Amino acid sequence: MSSTPERWDARFDVPPTGSGPDAESARRNGHRPVTAPAARPPAPPEPADEPDTSADEPTTRPVAKKTVAKKTVAKKAVAKKAVVRQAVAGSATPGNGPSGSAVGDRPGDQWDRRVARGLAFLRRRLAGDYEVDEFGFDPDLTDAVFHPLVRVLYRDWFRTEVGGLEHVPAEGAGLVVGNHSGTVALDALILSAALRDRHPSHRYLRLLGADLVFRMPVVSELARKTGGTVACNPDAERLLGNGELVGVFPEGFKGIGKLYSDRYKLQRFGRGGFVSAALRTGTPIVPVAIVGGEEIYPMLADIKPLARLLKLPYFPVTPTFPWLGPLGMVPLPSKWLIEFCPPIPTAHLRDSADDPLVVFNLADQVRETIQQTLHKLLERRPDPFGP
Amino acid sequence: MTPGGTSGAPGVVVVTGVGRFLGANLAARLAADPRIERVIGVDPAPPNPELADLLSDVELVRLDLDSLGGLLIDLDVDAVAHLALVTAPDQQHGGRAAMKEQNVIGTMQLLAAAQRAPRLRRLVVRSSTAAYGVSFRDPAVFTEETEPREVPRGGFGRDILDIEGYVRGFRRRRPEVTATVLRFAPFIGYTADTTLTRYFAQPVVPTIFGRDPRLQFLHIDDALTVLHRSVAEEHPGTFNVAGPGVLSLSQAIRRAGRVAVPVLEPGLAGVAAVARTLGFGRYGLDQVDLFVHGRVVDTTRLEREFGFTPRSTAAAFDDFVRAHHGGVVVTRDQLAAAEQLVLESIRQVRSTVRERS
Repeated sequence: MSSTPERWDARFDVPPTGSGPDAESARRNGHRPVTAPAARPPAPPEPADEPDTSADEPTTRPVAKKTVAKKTVAKKAVAKKAVVRQAVAGSATPGNGPSGSAVGDRPGDQWDRRVARGLAFLRRRLAGDYEVDEFGFDPDLTDAVFHPLVRVLYRDWFRTEVGGLEHVPAEGAGLVVGNHSGTVALDALILSAALRDRHPSHRYLRLLGADLVFRMPVVSELARKTGGTVACNPDAERLLGNGELVGVFPEGFKGIGKLYSDRYKLQRFGRGGFVSAALRTGTPIVPVAIVGGEEIYPMLADIKPLARLLKLPYFPVTPTFPWLGPLGMVPLPSKWLIEFCPPIPTAHLRDSADDPLVVFNLADQVRETIQQTLHKLLERRPDPFGP
Repeated sequence: MTPGGTSGAPGVVVVTGVGRFLGANLAARLAADPRIERVIGVDPAPPNPELADLLSDVELVRLDLDSLGGLLIDLDVDAVAHLALVTAPDQQHGGRAAMKEQNVIGTMQLLAAAQRAPRLRRLVVRSSTAAYGVSFRDPAVFTEETEPREVPRGGFGRDILDIEGYVRGFRRRRPEVTATVLRFAPFIGYTADTTLTRYFAQPVVPTIFGRDPRLQFLHIDDALTVLHRSVAEEHPGTFNVAGPGVLSLSQAIRRAGRVAVPVLEPGLAGVAAVARTLGFGRYGLDQVDLFVHGRVVDTTRLEREFGFTPRSTAAAFDDFVRAHHGGVVVTRDQLAAAEQLVLESIRQVRSTVRERS
């Protein structure tokens, strides 16, 4: 049962997760893959496509840079700019040679292409012309809407620095195991957006979530469309068997729902189901330490009766929530550090997936690695809200 | 055991539920198969007149399932294909009580008769992916081994669980009979007419707010192919039968050019009840559960055993859309034209602004 040969094949035969589409969407997202970590000023999108010739009014350029994707502003800014050389990028305007009489001579400026791309995206969405995998993952939507939103958070708001990316496998399955924190599980979203952006092969992280997430309308669909699924062994093993990078937070609600005074103290790791999933598929485990999540919504108290009433695992009281109402939902701008640790190979332990001793030992090893890395990172970051 | 082997083709086949679309079509296919000598169609009701042409080569017997025992023995029947299932209660024909009578009691009677038939070698039972039940803790993809975590709320789902339970009992008592249980995904296609196809055929389609279930469909022709081969060949076991790939409900509605109207889940049961009493569709808890949870199955076992892959969910749905273009609100071409129009006008505006500045 544990040793199905197809699993092996799938694990090693999976093509590198589409460098073609990845490369393209990275360009579309306007993000430079690996620059200096935590590029603080919002890098001008698509630096390669910036107008290289005489701008009429160079003073308007910063305006254009900051107001990303606001069409009206964009239009004006571009209209004042001089133009570029390239032809309109293909698919958005099919068979439209010199595109439109009005701008036939200068079709390739970047705003024009951005508008065309946005419209093509809208049309695809409205016509249902996109692919969804069996878990409900919608890469088209994730790349075009979800990751850009999270990117603003992790790059500009949290100034996230990511290290140890070389430890995340460039292709094939991998199980990323992290510490959970922050009252709201933002760390999972930021981890997945950071991997997509900063990893050399732009990998998607397929998150495993508690069933509570999938009970809630809207939230459940967001989780599925961005690549998440229910944390259960059949799903974890299926994803790993397909050669996906799977992200899991074994602390669960114990991790995100802990008080601020317990910050960066790893909670219990449950039954170690994630370890047996990794063992059954022979997948390396990549521990990851995330610093910064604990300060975004520092939880001062947990009103247990209210939590029970609302059937939630906890009801948080933070310096801003529930006092400031919706304003309390704004996370505090802490400084984030994410560090991937060297992978722990499991291929030689495939037959021990049901051996509780092996499973617990491995879970402990992962837990210790994360805890020690957390301490190291905290020393590097004396001020939680520093630059 | 080998796929495609003809040596094991049964001589005399009984098909139940020939009064309905699936049964009539299967009986017609079997009657056209030279390997099979005799096809007997059983249904308590006379067949739908539209299906009469199909059944010209089929011997029809109007019989209730409780008096089937004598027929199976007298005619030396080799194989039985049990398709007489009702998927949704029909108020004109006794509602839920009659549906349960037909599904559960009917299957019990059929299996009791089959158990006493000495020459019977093969039993094919129509089941449904509803056998997996619904739960928020369900894995995303069901394999044949997945056990249902919660008993479904809908009548059809519960009937399916009962039916599969009786088939398990039959397998224990008659281990030498090859029993094939086919768990079908919802049927769709050019000719299919089911609760779900009627749902997608409306111009405005109600959905559940905040839920976008993953759906799988099976083209009705592929369902018939698998049924036919299960009767004619030896394929013991339980199989998921569904089109590979997944469509989300919102995506399916958009592909069909319909408009989705999200309804709050507590309200939906009420809306469905009102619609039912107005004789306006037969939605029940089965549909509500499907539209909250979605249902995706793994078809690896089918592909390996039958060497056959049904056409994909998306292709099957496209075939359905071609047949029901009447209620389309927005077409793909219109969307593409609108896209070009907006793009052109933006370019026009920009070029005029540029010329003025």
